[in-house]
Amino acid sequence: MPSLSELLGRKRSASTAKDRLRVVLIHDRSALPPGVMDALRQELIEVVARHIDVDRHAVRVEMVQEGRSATLQAEIPIKAAPKHPSSE
Amino acid sequence: MTGRVITITSGKGGVGKTTATANISAALAAMGHKVVCMDADIGLRNLDVVLGLENRIVYDLVDVVEGRCKVRQAMIRDKRLEELYLIPAAQTRDKNAVAPKDMVRICDELRQDFDYIVIDSPAGIERGFKNAIAPADEVVIITNPEVSAVRDADRIIGLVEAEQKGPAKLVVNRINTDMVERGDMLAVADVLELLAVELIGIVPDDTAVLVSTNKGAPIALEPKSKTGQAFRDIARRLTGEEVPFSTSNGNNGFLGRISKLMKSKEGRNA
Ligand SMILES: Nc1ncnc2c1ncn2[C@@H]1O[C@H](COP(=O)(O)OP(=O)(O)O)[C@@H](O)[C@H]1O
Ligand SMILES: [Mg+2]
Repeated sequence: MPSLSELLGRKRSASTAKDRLRVVLIHDRSALPPGVMDALRQELIEVVARHIDVDRHAVRVEMVQEGRSATLQAEIPIKAAPKHPSSE
Repeated sequence: MTGRVITITSGKGGVGKTTATANISAALAAMGHKVVCMDADIGLRNLDVVLGLENRIVYDLVDVVEGRCKVRQAMIRDKRLEELYLIPAAQTRDKNAVAPKDMVRICDELRQDFDYIVIDSPAGIERGFKNAIAPADEVVIITNPEVSAVRDADRIIGLVEAEQKGPAKLVVNRINTDMVERGDMLAVADVLELLAVELIGIVPDDTAVLVSTNKGAPIALEPKSKTGQAFRDIARRLTGEEVPFSTSNGNNGFLGRISKLMKSKEGRNA
């Protein structure tokens, strides 16, 4: 049952702790500093954008925990048809 | 007889390793097993006082390693339990006085006479930790429901795996049911989800632990204590018994999630 403060939309500290730990552990396990994710995201966009028109603002790059290991997941929405129709 | 070596460790200090070692060892001995517990925290000897055996020490682990006495001579028999022994740490030396191969050799000798050898590890990730896990058949990680303890536990779980001593089993110590219910303490299910390891015990936060430590009498030997029961349950699980996690252990409402995480299908009423 949700508590009164949850109903009022206030987040409890345990839930904040869990969210923070989730991120911290993924980075600890991969020995990847959180700041590197931004650079990685930028570079991924550049590489892919050389071939396909991507929606730069909708790109999501994140580490996802699966058991005790992590997967790097990138979601890169494509805007329009390929730049080079000849490559079909 | 080939005894099992169980190492109790953690990343962060002060989470309850020594308390757990004393109580799990006492509970195993009270079940009728032959048990020796060993304090591997060289330089910070503590297991002796928690068990109330500090006045009987003549030799210690470093004396055994350096050949000044036989393993037998360094073993102190418990006052209450016939089948419980302690090998104390040296107080005036540091962890480099012992090497992992010494621990393996001593434990191999002890395996012949005991059912369980329970090792109290120092905190951290250095030599003392390596000494403590070198002879282990099984590693138990103690943590508290608190961000830094969980983070450090994760690191240790990874190191245990890297040393081919995994998968480690987890004890969540010092759960405060009221705080969990208020949403101000990580629930056991949250900790398990984050660490993705097998749970082997939930111990409540209980002021009676301090009282029993003051007296040098393990709470696991108090039949009516819920905290004592929590340690007895861990001991039984370590022997391979299936012991359900009871609702009185600070998990009301979270039991369904725990059961799911443990992939257990037994009927447990939350
Ligand atoms: N379940 C518990 N409830 C209350 N206090 C506890 C509990 N477990 C441990 N403590 C206390 O926490 C302190 C640290 O415990 P200790 O076993 O010495 O930790 P460690 O060996 O990991 O450094 C001690 O004062 C001990 O009495
Ligand atoms: Mg200790």
